[in-house]
Amino acid sequence: MKTGGAITIPITWAATRQGVVAALAYVPGYLVFGAAVGTLAAQKGLSLGEAVLMSMFVCAAASQMVALELWTADWTFAHILAIAGVTAMVNARFVLSGASLRPWLSPVRAGFVYPVLGVLTDGAWAASIRYHADGGRDFGFFVGSTVALWFTWSLASVPGYLLGALVHDPKAYAFDLIVPLMFTATVTPILARTGKYLAFVVAGGVAFAASLLLPGYWFIVIGALAGACSGAFSRGRAA
Amino acid sequence: MGRDLLQADGAYLAIAAMMIVTIATRVGGYWLLGRFPLTPMVRRGLESLPAAIFAASIVPLALRAGPAGWVGVFCVAGVMLFSRHEILALAAGLVAAAAVRMLGF
Repeated sequence: MKTGGAITIPITWAATRQGVVAALAYVPGYLVFGAAVGTLAAQKGLSLGEAVLMSMFVCAAASQMVALELWTADWTFAHILAIAGVTAMVNARFVLSGASLRPWLSPVRAGFVYPVLGVLTDGAWAASIRYHADGGRDFGFFVGSTVALWFTWSLASVPGYLLGALVHDPKAYAFDLIVPLMFTATVTPILARTGKYLAFVVAGGVAFAASLLLPGYWFIVIGALAGACSGAFSRGRAA
Repeated sequence: MGRDLLQADGAYLAIAAMMIVTIATRVGGYWLLGRFPLTPMVRRGLESLPAAIFAASIVPLALRAGPAGWVGVFCVAGVMLFSRHEILALAAGLVAAAAVRMLGF
């Protein structure tokens, strides 16, 4: 792959396929969330086309649920601005997820990175970060995992929309815990390999405190920034 | 005129607005870092960022969910340490968390 600098990273079909395979681990979780979003979309009076378009273009489960709670039939510009505002707040974590990919993907030409980055989801980010922590550098993995989960999520709301309340009581099956559980599955080997325990503990502690004090999802951004700062300062003194 | 547009296409406009701000968050952090030189300290911070994002998501969500949350998280971490199999770990965590809830905790 041609790049501006001297450093280049490969892009191969093998790694792309590897990314798709790694993404499969997240498909069950995406289908459960898709069922919940689809059910909610049907209840709020969206057409099936609107529900699919939203999943395809926004592609962020939690923000879609919050936005759907605010959905209306009588639109005003203020209402659309409010929905855009809560969407930005719920998805603010993506600013940090994207930033964390910069050291790996910076050799890749912007025209290749940005279109894929535009449909990044939590599962693809997690799978890609784990691949990178294991020593992988192939851009294909990022493309494969991201596009596979984008495709999955685009259609994941259809069964829930058509079948109504597919998951009657998500809490009884602990489906409301899928995000923290799936993230735990991904971060465990990453922690074992990279040893970023200090950042993990600081981020977790600060995020929990923030979650008690602030509404919404700001705790993710605040906790993650605190953890990153602890990493930035601690090793500077030791090394 | 604006009112007619909103009546006809309000849902599509809302979806478009959501799309624009979400893509801005995904692309924004990556773009911003390209505008600044990566000093050693920034690089160390970035190296810790993934673990920090995971922790900041997992810990509050699990703790606020009560015993089912942290029992589930520990089960997933335990299975991952021994098997390195995500689906198996997720299944174990879901079963454990659902069981804790069923017992009434």
